[in-house]
Amino acid sequence: MTNEINLTFPAKSINEGFARLVIMGFIAPLDPSSQELTEIKTVVSEAVTNAIIHGYESDENGVIDLKASLEGNKLRVTVSDRGRGIENVEEAKQPLFTTKADEERSGLGFMIMESFTDAFEVSSSVSQGTSITFEKVLLCDQSSDEGIAS
Amino acid sequence: MSITVSLHSENQVLFVNLSGELDHHTSGTLRNRLNEVMENSNIRHLVFNLKQLDFMDSSGIGIILGRYNQVKKDNGSVMVLGLRPLVKKTFEMSGLSQIIKIVDDEVEAAEIIRGIA
Repeated sequence: MTNEINLTFPAKSINEGFARLVIMGFIAPLDPSSQELTEIKTVVSEAVTNAIIHGYESDENGVIDLKASLEGNKLRVTVSDRGRGIENVEEAKQPLFTTKADEERSGLGFMIMESFTDAFEVSSSVSQGTSITFEKVLLCDQSSDEGIAS
Repeated sequence: MSITVSLHSENQVLFVNLSGELDHHTSGTLRNRLNEVMENSNIRHLVFNLKQLDFMDSSGIGIILGRYNQVKKDNGSVMVLGLRPLVKKTFEMSGLSQIIKIVDDEVEAAEIIRGIA
């Protein structure tokens, strides 16, 4: 199955839940397992939240692009903002690293995104924005005789 | 896309029951409710019951960690129960389970707190 969506929405926190619903709906035809669904929802939620809090520093005038494509059972998702960008991506990826400890950010977003996906990439330029792309192969393929679903 | 917070306190312990979704959007509601109670009563320990929570991401972990930072200066503690497998995995991977204890139920939490007190 091949399919793709492109969605642009304002950087409002209420859209974190909306983005999760969209991605759930997008992969629903593949009948993913509940663990896969939770992992993908969580990663999208982290990426959109990062765009809102860090990319736009909660300025709701910003916009977020969510692109998702399916090729067979490989899902590829990109969440991008046109916000302030990340100066040092490697530093930002360190578990528990946060620039917003006073806002009670856990600093776990990138660690979660990396561990719940098969491939994960962050590209960012200061003042240009940040793009987070991940890939995940859904094991719930039509070839259910492989017994993965058990 | 909302959260329901129900709270009850007993002997300096605040029991926090959550249902719905805990993300960055709903975390403000939870933080405000907790701060309100913690400012007006002498809370040293918090026990978060996440059993009824349909979704939680790292914003929720941030709130829990924030409460730990608040109570640790009074030798308080924060415990969590009813974690979904992926949330549990996140707690363990990040090392947070070293400071925020994962317990089976409120009874176990109360026993541990009695030991600390």
